[in-house]
Amino acid sequence: MIAIQKNNALNLARLQSLIAMVVLCIIIAIMSDKFLTMDNGWNVLRQISVNICISVGMTLIVLTAGIDLSVGSVLALCGAITAGLLKNGIKLPTLDLFIGFTLLGSLLAGIIAGGALGLFNGFVITKFKVPPFVSTLAMLTIARGLTMLWTQGHPISNLGPAFSTIGTGWMLGIPVPVWIAGVVVLLAIFITRQTRLGRYIYAIGGNENAAILSGISINKVKLIVYGIAGALAAVGGIMVTSRLDSAQPNAGTGYELDAIAAVVIGGTSLSGGKGSIGGTVMGAVIIGVLNNGLVLLNVSPFWQQVVKGAVILIAVIIDKGGKKK
Amino acid sequence: MLIAQNITKKFAGVTALNNVHLELHPGMVNAIIGENGAGKSTLMKILSGVHTDYEGSIIYNNETLKLAGTKDAEAKGIVIIHQELNLVPGLSITENIFLGRELCNAIGILDKREMTRAAKKLMEKVKLDVDAGTLVGDLKVGQQQLVEIAKALHTKASVIIMDEPTSAISDKEVDNLFVIVNELRNEGKTIVYISHKLKELFTIADRFVVMRDGCSIESGLMSEMTQDGLIRKMTGRAVSGTRENSSQVFTEPVLRVHNVNLKNTSRHASNVLTDISFTLHKGEIAGLYGLMGAGRTELMETLFGLHPKRATGDMYVNEQPVQIQSPIHAIKHGIALVPEDRKAHGLILDQKIKSNISITVLNQLEKWGIVLHNRKETNLSKAYIQQLGIKTHSENNIAGNLSGGNQQKIVLAKWLATNPRILLLDEPTRGIDINARFEIYNLMKKLAGEGMAILLVSSELPEILTASDRVLVMAEGRLTADMPVAEATESNVLKYAIQHNITA
Repeated sequence: MIAIQKNNALNLARLQSLIAMVVLCIIIAIMSDKFLTMDNGWNVLRQISVNICISVGMTLIVLTAGIDLSVGSVLALCGAITAGLLKNGIKLPTLDLFIGFTLLGSLLAGIIAGGALGLFNGFVITKFKVPPFVSTLAMLTIARGLTMLWTQGHPISNLGPAFSTIGTGWMLGIPVPVWIAGVVVLLAIFITRQTRLGRYIYAIGGNENAAILSGISINKVKLIVYGIAGALAAVGGIMVTSRLDSAQPNAGTGYELDAIAAVVIGGTSLSGGKGSIGGTVMGAVIIGVLNNGLVLLNVSPFWQQVVKGAVILIAVIIDKGGKKK
Repeated sequence: MLIAQNITKKFAGVTALNNVHLELHPGMVNAIIGENGAGKSTLMKILSGVHTDYEGSIIYNNETLKLAGTKDAEAKGIVIIHQELNLVPGLSITENIFLGRELCNAIGILDKREMTRAAKKLMEKVKLDVDAGTLVGDLKVGQQQLVEIAKALHTKASVIIMDEPTSAISDKEVDNLFVIVNELRNEGKTIVYISHKLKELFTIADRFVVMRDGCSIESGLMSEMTQDGLIRKMTGRAVSGTRENSSQVFTEPVLRVHNVNLKNTSRHASNVLTDISFTLHKGEIAGLYGLMGAGRTELMETLFGLHPKRATGDMYVNEQPVQIQSPIHAIKHGIALVPEDRKAHGLILDQKIKSNISITVLNQLEKWGIVLHNRKETNLSKAYIQQLGIKTHSENNIAGNLSGGNQQKIVLAKWLATNPRILLLDEPTRGIDINARFEIYNLMKKLAGEGMAILLVSSELPEILTASDRVLVMAEGRLTADMPVAEATESNVLKYAIQHNITA
């Protein structure tokens, strides 16, 4: 009986955030006639696609009771790597060597670089027992610095129409970024709910000691999870770069905070073991709708930040209230 | 006198306490007896201010008491020592004792010297012989409990509720505890004592209250009651569970351990385990007894591959040499460990029973090498819920909501699912009720009958003597005795557990 009640509480918390979102939409729709248009709808979805990709990776990490502060910088670095390789290839004048990259090649290289940076995070965390907060904070700085080195501080622009399709194109009437985010979300839902890896992620966050005793290679799981998060940050980086047709050296600054906000609003516990991808998607949508609504309502950017922070607080407080009883 | 009158408490429509009446007398040890789920813990939580919404009234010294919370209860002199200890591992013993009521000098700065002095005095009273600055997290469970008791003594409580105080401490420490309890009783304090161990209740308690299914069934003087009578009142029936000791001879070695040593974490201290050698046979239940700190848990952990860097020695499974560097290797060789602390190491409390049981065998529950086979998983957990008699409506219930005995069965289930040849049980009956206890004994017997080799660690000598075929005794990291149960008596086992200097 008690168990059933607890599950209900969890569902109730999610229902509450759904209601909050609907109320939010209604308020914005009343105040602005531009909000409920198809164009704006796609616009919102396109904008949140990047955050969804990052937040999904963040959710997996937070479920293991970890955190990744480096995703914003990794996003910038991988976007820049992709753009740089696509545009300039690799020139090694001393060896008189030039390696050119096709579109697919540069995309893969970017994503692999993201995965590798994530794996490095995981390696430091598992091998040297450095707390995730600290090790990914270090990576935040390192990856940003590498981005500056790679771009020499200048944007890499004019990447060609094929590349632009990723961020701005349409497929079957739906923006390409939304397709990408959708596939990422579905894959992540599949992993968390239907695979051994997913179970292990929840087990490690729920009780790491019990997980170790149960014969789970927790280091392997953590490596995979940080690797996935890095690769997803790279996907986000590619989308951002493509949309702007330019890799900005300071892209993605502060994105890790939006991702953590989406995870938290979505009801995933920062102490691990509890939460869901679906919740995070909801969290990302709430943040996206809020951003969009505040712009439509001509709220000053300074106030926008205040409001966003307040919403995060309210969402978490409501969520806590829902879970306690 | 503390009187609880017509107390009714419901959780989400489920009645936990039903019109309970209770009288607790000062200058006496009042035993509350009942199976897990009988409502003892809930009642104690009401008396100590944890639950503040209930029906009925509490009358203390002819005054109706309406507690606002645990702080309020403490202020009125009612203190509870929980079964799950409430200490901060990162703080020292002194800091824990004074937590929330630190002593300060005239200008508001912590008076550490005075606190240390007072803590030492309290520690002397509970006979805890370590430095007062030791971090609580570095203490063994038994020692932590003494800190908890010292903390209660410090508050000068007049009503002290002890919830399963002996569930984790050695016999020597139990004796020590009883001395303390006797002192407190003689000082006129009201002691409320909850325990599943009937034998010790007859030693220490003056009065009893039997609870069953949320009701208070009967109360009276301990001296007018027999053990069988109590069991009948608790369960509504008589239970017999002692097993005739087997005279079977076991010949087929399954696990052979040769000269296992385990270094201490700090380099200068002596070994935690020294030259441990023994053999465990097919179908045999070996009981491993030792006082707190004898190294029993550490031995189990070493066998399970948890200390690969500090351990040396040889292990043979089915006479094949094995290297066990991690639990993964241990599981591969058919070893299973049911750990001492099921909440910290055994279960993922927030997750479903189903997920807890299947966690060890998920690789066998996949289809196409990747997708979890939900139906197989459900069937597996249903089978174990039935086989072990886990009391729950559904395999989808959250493990943390079950009683201690049922939680322990979930831990057993998750390990039995791996089909182990060797089952290491560390205090499997700690803190669980008498019926679940006998169920676990019977299960062990059945598993041994099917050929499993079982190593049972227990702090309870009678448990060792009734459940095992062979008795191993450890003292200070060494194996001091290895004998058939027929030769083991309480006194000689205890002798080996205390005197470690017998030539090895």
